[in-house]
Amino acid sequence: MRVLHLLINGDRVTVAAPEHWTLLEVLRYELGLTGSKQGCDKGDCGACTVLVDGKPVLACLTLAALCEERAVTTIEGLLPAHVKSGGSGPDPVQAAFDECGALQCGFCQPGMMLSARALLDRNACPTRTEIQDALAGNLCRCTGYTQIVEAVELAVAKHCGVAPRRPGSARPRGRSRPPPRRA
Amino acid sequence: MLRLPKFEVRTPESLDAALALLAEFGPDARVIAGGTDLVPNMKHELVTPRIVVSLARIPELRGVGDAGAGWLRLGAMTSLADVAADARVRAQAPALAQAAGLVAGPQLRTMGTLGGNVLLDTRCQWYNQTYFWREALGFCLKKDGTLCHVVEGGSKCVAAASNDTAPALMTLRAELVFVGPQGRRVTPIDDLWLADGAANKKCASDELLVEVRLPPTGPGHRGAYGKLRERASIDFPLLGVATRIELDARGTITDADVVLTALQARPVRVKRAAELLLGVRAEGDAFLAAARAVADQAHRQAHPMPNIPGDAEWRRAMVPVYVRRTLEAAARGAGPVHAV
Repeated sequence: MRVLHLLINGDRVTVAAPEHWTLLEVLRYELGLTGSKQGCDKGDCGACTVLVDGKPVLACLTLAALCEERAVTTIEGLLPAHVKSGGSGPDPVQAAFDECGALQCGFCQPGMMLSARALLDRNACPTRTEIQDALAGNLCRCTGYTQIVEAVELAVAKHCGVAPRRPGSARPRGRSRPPPRRA
Repeated sequence: MLRLPKFEVRTPESLDAALALLAEFGPDARVIAGGTDLVPNMKHELVTPRIVVSLARIPELRGVGDAGAGWLRLGAMTSLADVAADARVRAQAPALAQAAGLVAGPQLRTMGTLGGNVLLDTRCQWYNQTYFWREALGFCLKKDGTLCHVVEGGSKCVAAASNDTAPALMTLRAELVFVGPQGRRVTPIDDLWLADGAANKKCASDELLVEVRLPPTGPGHRGAYGKLRERASIDFPLLGVATRIELDARGTITDADVVLTALQARPVRVKRAAELLLGVRAEGDAFLAAARAVADQAHRQAHPMPNIPGDAEWRRAMVPVYVRRTLEAAARGAGPVHAV
């Protein structure tokens, strides 16, 4: 066991945990912060994405013992941080995901929203391509990503004061749909 | 759920302290940089160190700087995201910036380091699996067993070199700076490799890669990287192609280099690339014909193993396509080549 002095969502936390535990294990099984999801547990899926010093990283591949003196933000910290900075209610990214129905099972959503938050913090008005690139490390097995990209675009549009694109316009690039079959 | 085997974490604050730990614990210690290769491998019990030595608190290992005489020094702990975004790297070594920018996905590039990518373990579908999975098949040649599941009766491991930055650094004639008990050792990256998937790098367990050095390039330098993978976002390469072309003032090729990766245990240089492209203007039909000749040569040399995802015949068929496209991208000052 090792006593860790962590900074989680702005709170100083002292926690004893096995030395070989990942940040994800400490968050979920010592601190009860189960918003960060345990998906593949080997760095493929992005469900465990958290922000360390403002940058999105995978908590399942991060050793908790190496997170001392670094600021960790989990999905639980987005709303309090937004309120603390003068806003009301959830973070605009969370509100946009809600408004666009950008989820089905919801498992990828915390990681998606944190990747989106990190993007908007460094680039307040990203293009669709930049949004897609920033979310590339977060896999969603339900939605097909359309509403997710639309949600981030809605948050961007509200922030930049421009009208969002019409719903359904954020279909993935690439192959077009096959023509409808004639009877 | 994949739990890590038990280990202790050490966080030395100087290079000397890190080297002392490596000397003290020998093979029981492993270095962790970004952890994106080591941590999954520890979860799979492919490596089970007693001590994990983190380099995160040694500031001099991080960052891009001037090494004098036009050389660029890249600290081994510089993140792949920072390498990809650095203006000096993009100008002096576009192929490296492109390759670093195509490693895995955004989170893994934020965590992963240049040094870690150069020293990435080789990969194989029969190796990168849990202990339970590997045990059920009687293990394999690379780890815990004596049998190769890829080559029947094979006695040499064929796990694939899967580092994107390695071929780019080879075309750039980069040098690696190691520090160990005997002091500093500078080696051309070409001399790092062994054609053995079980251990494809000449690097002792008690020495540290501290720096990658890039020689100066002139205004006629062109470079590009091409990467084939199944998903554009997160995958390891099924094929990687790094190209370098040097042009004189009239746009005629004076030197060229093409290096492939993910086909066998070490990155492979395409033979006669410079010879085939020399004296050709980097545009038009003559260039296309020369690029096709290099692509044909690459195809003859490429024999991918069926040990990483993607059909091996398809990967081989893509070799000339990606070599030609990546040469064309370099000639245009464009890239990367990455169509998924």
